[in-house]
Amino acid sequence: MSTTEIERQWTSRLRKSVVAKLPPDKMLPDTQPAYVASWIYVFGVTTMAALFVVIVTGCILAIDGPVWWHSSSLGHFVNSMHLWAVEIFFFAMVVHLWGKFSMAAWRGGRSLTWVTGAVTFLASILAGFTGYVSQTNFDSQWIATQAKDGINSTGGGAFFNVLNLGQMLMWHIVLLPIAAVVLTGLHVVMVRIKGVVPPFEEKSSEVSA
Amino acid sequence: MSQGWGLGALVNLDHYGHYLNWHFISISVSNLTVMVLMVVTFVVALFAPFPGRRNRRGSK
Repeated sequence: MSTTEIERQWTSRLRKSVVAKLPPDKMLPDTQPAYVASWIYVFGVTTMAALFVVIVTGCILAIDGPVWWHSSSLGHFVNSMHLWAVEIFFFAMVVHLWGKFSMAAWRGGRSLTWVTGAVTFLASILAGFTGYVSQTNFDSQWIATQAKDGINSTGGGAFFNVLNLGQMLMWHIVLLPIAAVVLTGLHVVMVRIKGVVPPFEEKSSEVSA
Repeated sequence: MSQGWGLGALVNLDHYGHYLNWHFISISVSNLTVMVLMVVTFVVALFAPFPGRRNRRGSK
């Protein structure tokens, strides 16, 4: 196979394109701009750390199913870890959102970074709602019957039945986690490609990224 | 919920929720607490000095 033929292969073109947009030293940088040394910048990574704990504890809960935590102290412990990791996840994500909104973090061609973050937030809220109705207790029954009326008023109840535990659980442990993780990955890649947004008083050209 | 556990919640959560009502607004004390904590965290994060910031100033 000639060199020209190799260069025309889609694998070769894709690799060159990816490396050109996101070289390894940009994907995993050793340093960050000086303005990143602020507490307001730690909430994004706090959110991802909490998401990691949510996924791990969720995987452990999946081994014995959604009713495990009712009859096992270990199950109750893991379920509580899952709950409190979610609390930290949303807490950190909201502070991260406020911080980035106050910086107008979509500046400098970062609109896709902002959009992927916003959609991740929406997917996470849906994951939280489906988690509420997957608790397999009276609380989840109450929430599901209340949510049913809300969803039915939109016409969505025909496709998304909150009283169907099987459907809600599958959305909660398969579809929405995949969406949240993929969107988070895209969000981080966009941050790496475009860099962390500089403060208002400093222009990108004045601060090395 | 066992109350004998040494690692139990610092605040006793084993009771019905408390709610605050003002006209049509009804909010649980726990939700309001979390919201206030988020605002406080946001403000503190904006102004609290970050460890080692002085050393990094001007660095890459």
